[in-house]
Amino acid sequence: MFDDFFIRALVAGIGVAFVTGPLGCFIIWRRLSYFGDTLAHSALLGVTMAYSFELNIALSVFIISSLIALILIQLQKKTNLPGDALLGLLAHSSLAVGLVVIGFLTFIRFDIMGLLFGDILAVTVDDILIIWIGGALILLVLKLIWKPLFASTVNYELAEAEGLNPDRAKAIFTVLMAAIIAISIKMVGLLLITGMLIIPAAMSRNISDSPQKMVLFSIIGGLLSVIIGLFSSLEFNTPSGPSIIAASLVLFILSLLKIKQTVQLKN
Amino acid sequence: MSKENNILVKLNEVGIKQNDKWLVKGVSIVVEKGKIVTLIGPNGSGKSTTAKIALGIYKKIEGQVEKYTNNVGYVPQKISIDWTLPLRVNDFMLLTENLKDEAVNEALSLTGVIHLKNKNLGNLSGGEFQRVLLARAISRKPDLLVLDEPVQGVDFTGEIALYELIKKISDTLNCGILLISHDLHTVMSATDHVVCLNGHVCCSGSPSDVARNNEYKALFGEQASQTLSIYEHKHDHVHSNDGEVKKN
Repeated sequence: MFDDFFIRALVAGIGVAFVTGPLGCFIIWRRLSYFGDTLAHSALLGVTMAYSFELNIALSVFIISSLIALILIQLQKKTNLPGDALLGLLAHSSLAVGLVVIGFLTFIRFDIMGLLFGDILAVTVDDILIIWIGGALILLVLKLIWKPLFASTVNYELAEAEGLNPDRAKAIFTVLMAAIIAISIKMVGLLLITGMLIIPAAMSRNISDSPQKMVLFSIIGGLLSVIIGLFSSLEFNTPSGPSIIAASLVLFILSLLKIKQTVQLKN
Repeated sequence: MSKENNILVKLNEVGIKQNDKWLVKGVSIVVEKGKIVTLIGPNGSGKSTTAKIALGIYKKIEGQVEKYTNNVGYVPQKISIDWTLPLRVNDFMLLTENLKDEAVNEALSLTGVIHLKNKNLGNLSGGEFQRVLLARAISRKPDLLVLDEPVQGVDFTGEIALYELIKKISDTLNCGILLISHDLHTVMSATDHVVCLNGHVCCSGSPSDVARNNEYKALFGEQASQTLSIYEHKHDHVHSNDGEVKKN
């Protein structure tokens, strides 16, 4: 029953889960869920650019997402609008512009559903290479900036006062977020990427008492979600991206039961 | 460190503006090795702001900051830890430096909170958390310690013990300390140099000089001047953390 496409999907999904685990923890700690969503929405524009100029999709999405992040930082400095309003503005306008551009590209047939919700079963060997090499690079950079990033997540002023250069770590982390979206867009789709990032991490928060454990369980949760989601998608003939996210939701609900148990034990 | 003298950090006529209003202006302070410099002043007088300028947290400033060390320990006045982050005391101790376990234990023992090492940071009381903050700042054996209200929320006997510890640290590590406090009594017994701030430097000098200064009296009142001039106390016993009495 294991077809080639299924094995490819599994290998790609596992690669993505290794990277979304730790990044997702930071996204939750730094309250960047909606920021991640905005970058993901802008990815549609990146995909249309890729088709228009015949670029690699991951590269094009990475460039557009980084650009949107830069624009956001500039807007935050220049306007008095609150951060969430600016995020909404950028998320929906970049999504809209992306869809308008698709309207013009009549000569290409777009699989809109695949873009929005992922098409992991159409993953090619090239995609797998991008995911595993790109993912390894992301993890390497994250390891290098871990100390200043983590310290400034706990308290910016402590990190700055004790010489850790938190601003640089923050800028690099933004680039990493754009990168993970770029390499995983084909798998879960731009509407569900944030879910892949934060649901396993949220599940992990419920059962962890230290940052290292939270990262570890977040990776394990992501891996389980991918494996369970893909097998059930094959079994019940459901779309793969949503199946993965639904599996992570089930894990999250199970982690809530764990909390209830420990609370009862304490009483 | 600068060679010819023991200066760790030197503020030269520094000031910072926010919304066209000066938070502090024209402040000059020098912190040297082995010396304790205390900033006092009413609320909103710019004590914490001055400390943050010295630490390099504020960047758009007037004047110059000359810093001769990067090995700094900092206890901020306010710290809000986001509880979405599962963080034990031990994780917090390793936040900015990869310390050996012995160094962590030593610092936690000195501030009397070694028993909390594996507790979640969110479950500590205000006083316990303050002791952990101080332990973290001294654990890396810094050249310069900046302590912003380091004993807030600590019980009275603990307060005295921690101030004695701060004095001891300054002696044993030979580090410079920039201390902020409005607790006039306790601070003064250990301080080498007092700077009285109120948006600018009102007066500065040794504790007894400052106590006699008229500007200081105008700011804090005559009574503060009397409490400041003499503070001596003797213990014949100390209390361990669970309240047990230990003879000296």
